[in-house]
Amino acid sequence: MSSEQEQESIRCLVAKVGLDGHDRGAHVIARAFRDAGFEVIYSGLHKAPEEIVQAAVQEDVDVLGISILSGAHDTLVPKIMSGLEEYDAKDDTLVLVGGVIPEEDRPELEAEGVSAIFGPGTSIEETIEFVRENAPDR
Amino acid sequence: MNADDETLLAELLEGKHRALARTISKIENRAPGYRELISKLYAHTGEAEVIGITGSPGAGKSTLVDKLAETYRERGETVGVIAIDPSSPFTGGAVLGDRIRMASTVGDMDVFVRSMSARGTLGGLSTATADAVKAMDAFGKDKIIIETVGAGQNEIDIVRTADTVAVLVPPGSGDDVQTLKAGILEIADVFVVNKADRPGTDRTVQELREMIELGSGSGLSGSGHHGADAGGDVGGSAVATQDDPEERATWTTPIVETVATDGTGVDDFIDELVAHREYLVDSGAHAEKARQRSAEEIRTLLREDVHAMLEDELERAGGIDDLAAAVAAGETDPYTVADEVLSPVEDCLAELETRNP
Ligand code: B12
Ligand SMILES: Nc1nc2c(ncn2[C@@H]2O[C@H](COP(=O)(O)OP(=O)(O)OP(=O)(O)O)[C@@H](O)[C@H]2O)c(=O)[nH]1
Ligand SMILES: [Mg+2]
Repeated sequence: MSSEQEQESIRCLVAKVGLDGHDRGAHVIARAFRDAGFEVIYSGLHKAPEEIVQAAVQEDVDVLGISILSGAHDTLVPKIMSGLEEYDAKDDTLVLVGGVIPEEDRPELEAEGVSAIFGPGTSIEETIEFVRENAPDR
Repeated sequence: MNADDETLLAELLEGKHRALARTISKIENRAPGYRELISKLYAHTGEAEVIGITGSPGAGKSTLVDKLAETYRERGETVGVIAIDPSSPFTGGAVLGDRIRMASTVGDMDVFVRSMSARGTLGGLSTATADAVKAMDAFGKDKIIIETVGAGQNEIDIVRTADTVAVLVPPGSGDDVQTLKAGILEIADVFVVNKADRPGTDRTVQELREMIELGSGSGLSGSGHHGADAGGDVGGSAVATQDDPEERATWTTPIVETVATDGTGVDDFIDELVAHREYLVDSGAHAEKARQRSAEEIRTLLREDVHAMLEDELERAGGIDDLAAAVAAGETDPYTVADEVLSPVEDCLAELETRNP
């Protein structure tokens, strides 16, 4: 390993928005991402969409993973997406949503710019593989 | 500099947050062109006040930084925070947790918080930190706060990027003053006994006070103690210069008590930071520090360049693995190899010298 090679690692923000207090999934994902060699910033619980946008922009993350099990994804996710757009960050941030998202709501989230949705029981390996393959090349 | 970097630079100077964020990423990644970018930023730096906060894990650094940032914002100043987590496991992955504690100012883009991890770059985290400070400075931040866990030499180097270093010492059992690493104590410009709501605060303050008194004259207080040990063989005894030594201001490390969770003592803390800043400027230590920092920076950059050159030479000579195998096989020895790798470089230099005497 040559020491002066570029040291680029994938940076991710794992975010919990709104009143949703289910944080097990977010913890599982944060730890799995860390073990995969990613740099992970965890937002903590009960963040407003603007706070998530602020963190994503300032930390310049490659991947924003939003975890929502409360059912409020249809209002929260669009707010985050438009916030990212406001800061010119939407196009080259890979946005993922995880948690409890009914099948019928998925097309709308994808239309908003969400790249993939990972519901309960999706394999961690698949998720990591997806991130590795789709993290933006900057 | 390519067109993208020109744009990035212009946008950063205009105050676009995304451009600052992206610039720091380039610094962290040592992306192509990052050195030119920093070189261009340089002309716009020098205004920010840089404060380092260190202390043992869980001492309350992030909570205090949060309150500090909040107070600065109330006073109308903009803030940049660099939160460093030097402890990543071998996978290279890390969970950067400082940001969670910095919730008082969320929603306020004028507090720019950036989390950084150790990545084992050659220049090291201290170089990346120093460069990120420059980016924030050029962006126009009034105060820049660096948070790092105080553990080893590496962290001490990081926090030296700051003009003023505050060391947090929480009261109580496991954190007796005697058990603190000497190096950490020596870099303190201000001691902060945080968690002053906990039992044992008075004792910790007392112990620190005794230590400062004991240490006066030997590095823990007095003038320009940073200068004398700031690394590299540049200045020697920093402030012992031409001007009348009697005139020089001195600095005795103060102790402040804080409760970061509710903000108690934060104003006192800021007063000490202001006082230290004044001392630095009045004593000339500030200018001296800046010179030493530049000297160190030049050395680091040169070391990096020479190192890169030598890596190329190593490749040309067959690669480090083969050379090491040759040593193992008894065909040669490390000294001979080093001489052989270096000799084309030396020949080149010698030739240069004869051409430009
Ligand atoms: C455990 C649990 C709780 C625990 C939560 C403990 C905790 N700290 O997390 C407790 C008991 C507190 C709880 C409370 C409530 N719960 Co509950 N809870 C569950 C339950 C049974 C399991 C959730 C869980 O932890 N799963 C294990 C983790 C590892 O899986 P996961 O979160 O799904 O995450 C995986 C994937 O979704 C994905 N993923 C998740 N996040 C992310 C992020 C990224 C970036 C990626 C890539 C992937 C990803 O990867 C993970 C690993 O595979 C679910 C039902 C279910 N089967 O999902 C209900 C459920 C989520 N709860 C529900 C409800 C209604 C509630 C309450 C409102 C109940 C009440 N009336 O009080 C409260 C609300 C609490 C609050 N403040 O938000 C409903 C939500 C309904 C909805 N969305 O419409 C569910 C779906 C149950 C149901 N069928 O009704 N709950
Ligand atoms: N009682 C009390 N608790 C505090 C105080 N300051 C911080 N804490 C708590 O101490 C814990 C650690 O605080 P952090 O701010 O994360 O400490 P840190 O030094 O940044 O920790 P690392 O970055 O992990 O080294 C948190 O639970 C805080 O709420 C204080 O003044 N009094
Ligand atoms: Mg911290």
